[in-house]
Amino acid sequence: MAPIEIEDLTKTYDTTVALSNVSLRIEQGDLLAIVGPSGAGKTTLLRLLDLLEEPSSGRILFNNIDTTSIDKDRLGLRRQIGMVFQRSILFNTSVYDNVAYPLRVRGVKDQLDQRVSEALELVGLEGFERRHALTLSGGEAQRVTLAQAMVFRPRLLLLDEPTANLDPRNVSIIESTITKINHHEKVTIVLATHNIAQAEQIASKVAVLREGVLAEVGNAAEVLEKSSELLASFGASVNAYSGEADLLEYGLASVDIGDNIRIEAATRKKGKVTVFIKPEDIIVSTSPIRSSARNTLKGKVTGIIDLAERVQLKINAGKEFSVIITKKSFHDLELNLGSEIHLNFKATSVRVL
Amino acid sequence: MTAQFDPILEGLIRAFWLLVTLDPEVYSIMLLTLRVSGIAVILATVVGIPLGAGVALRDFFGKRSLMSLVNTLMGLPPVVAGLFVYLLLSASGPLGPLQLLYTPTAMIIAQLIIAAPIVLGVTVSAVGSVDKAIRDKALSLGATRLQLTLTILREAKTGIVTSIILAFGAAISEVGAVMIVGGNIRWATRVLTTAIVFETELGEFSVAIALGIILLLIAFVINWVLTRMQWSGLRR
Repeated sequence: MAPIEIEDLTKTYDTTVALSNVSLRIEQGDLLAIVGPSGAGKTTLLRLLDLLEEPSSGRILFNNIDTTSIDKDRLGLRRQIGMVFQRSILFNTSVYDNVAYPLRVRGVKDQLDQRVSEALELVGLEGFERRHALTLSGGEAQRVTLAQAMVFRPRLLLLDEPTANLDPRNVSIIESTITKINHHEKVTIVLATHNIAQAEQIASKVAVLREGVLAEVGNAAEVLEKSSELLASFGASVNAYSGEADLLEYGLASVDIGDNIRIEAATRKKGKVTVFIKPEDIIVSTSPIRSSARNTLKGKVTGIIDLAERVQLKINAGKEFSVIITKKSFHDLELNLGSEIHLNFKATSVRVL
Repeated sequence: MTAQFDPILEGLIRAFWLLVTLDPEVYSIMLLTLRVSGIAVILATVVGIPLGAGVALRDFFGKRSLMSLVNTLMGLPPVVAGLFVYLLLSASGPLGPLQLLYTPTAMIIAQLIIAAPIVLGVTVSAVGSVDKAIRDKALSLGATRLQLTLTILREAKTGIVTSIILAFGAAISEVGAVMIVGGNIRWATRVLTTAIVFETELGEFSVAIALGIILLLIAFVINWVLTRMQWSGLRR
């Protein structure tokens, strides 16, 4: 399967250009994150890689096999590729039948039960076989789709925003499963995401797509650093701000992110930087607290989003911040829209690129 | 009890009596009814489901016009279907030499013309309303074209079984077409609906009611089985 060579790939729908002259090489075992805002062409690129669509021009080579010139063996190639779509859709039947489906269409009869339960175990859903697929929560359903894509042991795994709209617990299960698949099973993975923190955390390589054009590609840390401002401007990634860093003392910098907000971060970087704070790393209090946290901001709750076991708060503290807290904390603090609260986070919780 | 209710009560007792005493004429009428409507609906299913799937899953010139025609035929008055088959099979008609008029075969043909558009039309709509993402999903998981079609049909199962239920209901309850092409001949082409008409005309209301109850019972049992099929394996 690998290496995968994408050469001058262009895809147009009627008059809109979804992808324009994209060239990219993916090596065996890579975990490539494709980052970019909505509508950048990420999904189109994955659909072309899954051979669900034909390019308008250019070509894709899997291990030197030109996928545009073979007609008869597209199925054979496609059967080595797993794909998880952004919207988790499952067949209207049991979890078992859903996960067994890819094996059944391949005519696999041996050890069906065992392979289905292994795949479910991989995504942390052991014992879910008899559950009906349409009674699952959003996170469970997405994990079943990952089990479906892994049960036939693909050589290449394509993931289209697999954690969009999921609660933090399911996000972390899916992220750690992806890492496990890549490290232990050595499966090549292409992950489309608009979440830069996710790309930084799990990808080895990053490609930045913008309006169908490949803006940057290479080693994850380098690319994210080089295009940090561009990435922060997507706005899609939560709690990402760009600004100027001044060193306060060795290993601690103060970053001016505008609107009279300075964030202290544990870094040695100076000059233009982008900072990220994970929504789970921010402590919310109704009155100022004396603590070791270097950052304290005051703001108002402008949005409350229910995430199953947790609650996501949108807080205006000059800039918009997202905070995720447990339901119990949410109720104990008696928060409402318009509540005045304090945000506290440590300098070491601030990631700097 | 007022006199007005007497025929109904009498009909109930009569129906029970006819059933338990295994009245040979009633049983032959029941069996013929089941045979004619059953075969007509099975044929309609065999033709209608694959055709419906084909129409729903393909785009072609004239698809809308075809569906308008099918939807119109879904409401085809049985008498009109009967008239059409009568003209086809009558001695001077194009299929006259086959001498099928006034036989159960003629009745099956007439009910097939009533049932097929219903199976076809409802199947097209059921298959057409399956989430388009299912297609990509099945292909991505390695399905062949044929496996993809079968997967989509399975997703549309509830709607497809509904089409069979509706077609069976239309076939077993119609009277106009079987009357015209079957002739309501005793021991030969008399089915439950035509027998009810006949007994009512004779003023034998209790027998007519008894036959009506038997017809309802048959419809209930068959629909019970089909409904089980419709819901099996689906989320409740």
